[in-house]
Amino acid sequence: MSRDCNTGGSRRDVLFGAIAGVVTLAPGITLTTFGAAQAKPAGEPVSSKIRWGLLVDVGKCKPDCDACIKACAQENGLTTTSRPEIDAQWIRKVTLRDRQSGVTRTTVAMCQHCENPPCVDVCPTGASFRREDGIVLVDKHICIGCRYCMMACPFKARSFVHEDHDDQTTAAPRGKGVVESCNFCVTRVDAGKKPACVEACAGKGGGALTFGDLNDPDSDLSRALKTLPTAQLRSYLELNQGVRYANLK
Amino acid sequence: MKRAFGPSHRAGRGALLALILLAAPALAETPIPHPPRGKGEHCVADTAFMRRNHMDMMFAHRTEAVHEGVRTEKFSLAGCVACHAVKGEDGKPVAYASEKHFCRSCHSYAAVSIDCFECHKSTPDETAKTANASERQDEEKLAAHLREVKP
Repeated sequence: MSRDCNTGGSRRDVLFGAIAGVVTLAPGITLTTFGAAQAKPAGEPVSSKIRWGLLVDVGKCKPDCDACIKACAQENGLTTTSRPEIDAQWIRKVTLRDRQSGVTRTTVAMCQHCENPPCVDVCPTGASFRREDGIVLVDKHICIGCRYCMMACPFKARSFVHEDHDDQTTAAPRGKGVVESCNFCVTRVDAGKKPACVEACAGKGGGALTFGDLNDPDSDLSRALKTLPTAQLRSYLELNQGVRYANLK
Repeated sequence: MKRAFGPSHRAGRGALLALILLAAPALAETPIPHPPRGKGEHCVADTAFMRRNHMDMMFAHRTEAVHEGVRTEKFSLAGCVACHAVKGEDGKPVAYASEKHFCRSCHSYAAVSIDCFECHKSTPDETAKTANASERQDEEKLAAHLREVKP
């Protein structure tokens, strides 16, 4: 819209641009943060037309960088407790070592947002669920903290909150007694933004993370998937994860 | 039978009336909750409706928000918290741990324990705080202007 205005479009173009800008701004979301193809009005439910996915380019992940992990912790209020060994991990750094050559590289692991998630299969209350747009998350209102999902997850992606917290963020309610994991920063995604880790990686990191709609052939993610050889972790389980890895081998 | 109880019944009624008259000042002092006013002109629905139905509205909203991604501001807990923030002595909004918190002003009185704030943040976001700050700046500007106009 703003491009129309700048390239000297007609008066009508300018006016239309202005109106559209106001309309988009009304629900409290700025025009710039709202990707054109990914815009969802706040009052509309998510649909299966979109499937959110993430590409991790292992070749671009810097070994000494933890920008994504810090950004995740800040966005979701993942603060340390009196026992750091039981802290929740929504995203973690993984070192890959080739046994023959000894070459090491790093990458990140988090909830892989499976199409057929084992955590959802085993959940006795329906708290672990997959949203229409492919995001797998926990409804903490109905989670009873049984931790079956933690055992079922082939990627060790879930964490249990062991201690009381009073330092939550508005975007990520969390408290003792429930399981949680990466949810692609679901409130940010619903507001048309990218997950905090992806933004941080593009800014301070190596730009290893690409987030987008797997169903949209023109999204950055789909284009990257067409050009790079990518893989899914433990693909023999046929879970069809939303998270893909490039340059893994 | 009825007549036999007549005089004593009348006497009883008199005693009750006297009791009510005597107890009237005490009744006036019965503590009732006084929830602090929100920031805006009015709530997202009538006060009477909200008093009776806020829990159902929030329950419906929570299911829609978590499962379907419907994140409208009306009936969102974050919206309630932002609008009904009560400032403490340090000028910052108080958390649910404080008796001054908006939700506690009624819930403590009615002995209804809620667990919303075991997970949810009970104070407004930083952005909401900045809104307060700018509000305060406006008030200060207005006061300065009035001092100039009407010394």
